[in-house]
Amino acid sequence: MMNGSANRMDGPYPGGAAGFGQAVRNSLTMAYRALLKVKHTPELWFDVTLQPILFTLMFAYLFGGAIAGDVRGYLPIIIPGILVQTVITTSIVTGVQLREDMEKGVFDRFRSLPIARIAPLAGALMADSIRYAIASVLTFTVGYLIGYRPAGGLGYVAVAAALVIVCAWSVSWIFAFFGVSARTASGVQGVSMLVLLPLTILSNAFVPVETLPKWLQWFVKLNPVSHLVSAVRDLANAGTFSRELAISLAGAAAIVAVFAPLTVRVYMRRA
Amino acid sequence: MRRSFPLHVPNAELAVEARGLVKAFGDRRAVDGADLTVRTGTIFGVLGPNGAGKTTTLKMLATLLRPDGGEARIFGYDAVRDAHRVRRLIGVTGQYASVDETLTARENLIVFSRLLGLGRGEARRRTSELLERFGLADAADRQLKTFSGGMRRRLDLAASLIVTPPLLFLDEPTTGLDPRTRAQLWEMIRELVRSGSTVLLTTQYLEEADQLADRIAVIDRGRVVAEGTADELKASVGASSLELAVRHAKDLAEARRVVEETLRVRTAAMPESGRITAPAADADRLADLLIALRERGIGLAEISVRKPTLDEVFLAITGRTAVGNREERGTGSPGFAQDHDPEREVVV
Repeated sequence: MMNGSANRMDGPYPGGAAGFGQAVRNSLTMAYRALLKVKHTPELWFDVTLQPILFTLMFAYLFGGAIAGDVRGYLPIIIPGILVQTVITTSIVTGVQLREDMEKGVFDRFRSLPIARIAPLAGALMADSIRYAIASVLTFTVGYLIGYRPAGGLGYVAVAAALVIVCAWSVSWIFAFFGVSARTASGVQGVSMLVLLPLTILSNAFVPVETLPKWLQWFVKLNPVSHLVSAVRDLANAGTFSRELAISLAGAAAIVAVFAPLTVRVYMRRA
Repeated sequence: MRRSFPLHVPNAELAVEARGLVKAFGDRRAVDGADLTVRTGTIFGVLGPNGAGKTTTLKMLATLLRPDGGEARIFGYDAVRDAHRVRRLIGVTGQYASVDETLTARENLIVFSRLLGLGRGEARRRTSELLERFGLADAADRQLKTFSGGMRRRLDLAASLIVTPPLLFLDEPTTGLDPRTRAQLWEMIRELVRSGSTVLLTTQYLEEADQLADRIAVIDRGRVVAEGTADELKASVGASSLELAVRHAKDLAEARRVVEETLRVRTAAMPESGRITAPAADADRLADLLIALRERGIGLAEISVRKPTLDEVFLAITGRTAVGNREERGTGSPGFAQDHDPEREVVV
């Protein structure tokens, strides 16, 4: 009785697992679900709406005089810095929300449905790209309103924004990994901030590197966030594709190469 | 676009076939060698106290947990190796509502419909249909945060029925529901089985298992300690008993004598309520008894044959009452009526 029944059901997925097309469709549905959640709890997006506005204004007027002599002169330095800092920080949320989701009863249903196992993870990452885009647009817009005129022109600004979105998406894999491995959502938040704060603050995002002590310069120059900030500055302010751009993209690719398989593996084991 | 629908309901004879399932959490073996066989098209009840391993067993069968030992087959497919196939044949409604708190009822159903492969329009239609059927149409566009426990349960079940699954797992589907909602859910479950599905449900309500399930497995400390129909389980504990109430208390002594003579058994009498209890006789003798009583002019207020309750079955099998916080039953020995309708007794 237990043998010989294996071919009784000939469904459209003969291998038993979901195909690629289905995986994409399922992921899009999960992304749609994430957006629905935002519709009901808009405060989830305060970090990508209010934070860019607040930080841009705050830092520009706070440090402008001290660092560049005046606010206008500081904008080409600070806007790319704020952009990178805000968007990368935003990517923490991916891990926290993933963890929260996995703890809820609804996840049991996802796991019992005949969907691609990867869909809840992929959907969350997709929806987050939209968050990064919003943060990028807002930062540049606020910058423009207070007098930032990027010399590279709109086209290069768009490329810069796209670069930041891609890099943030890559970095979000790190936090997604924390998310699937950690036991609690607040744990994810804690660990992620611990990693991220030094990376975003100890960079060239807000201050010129030359003003720093030697030992710190060493770290700041090595910091991938600094490379990303420089790449954005080169694009937006000078309209050039610099070596920094290549370094940033290579770094992003490396992060994905390491953390995507790790995350997926842990996630699959738990999901 | 019905892409991931179960295209063929498998015609396997057995919906569930589990052998020696084991699941350990640390040192504790939550499930310790459970065997279950569920015939297609039936309602199967898994009955047991809190912590007996009901939910863990169900989760293994529903591909949500990987067993540490043994194997489970769903319509012939291995629940581990063929998990994706199995998932296309099952629906699961968890103990804690497996729906999205932040979304509205409608959005929940639409998301699940889309995940199940329904097209946009189809998902919307099916969602409206289900909301209507489960009495949630008025609350369709409210967030679940504002829902009562009963509404959540109904939505949960609706989500499991977007595509009518050949096999539905229900984990304590009516825990915490008011009697009316519980009765509604029971009716929905029966209807589902009439339409060809198989249902495996866990419950700690003896009444629920008794009313609903074709077969019942009693599970205790991770093992199946008894299995059979409600009647079989009851019969395994003891015979039925006959219960008579005389209309006039003065007739009690004589009625008792008549019963003992006619049925040739010993009886117990309770003068305050005018009741006599005797081991149940076969039906022919019962007719003789009624005639003998009539001849002597003894009027009866009530006559009933009472089977042992599942509660008594449970006590006999596990040495414990079904629900831990329950008070000891009345002072009478088994066979004496402790209340007017022991068969219907609800354990809460």
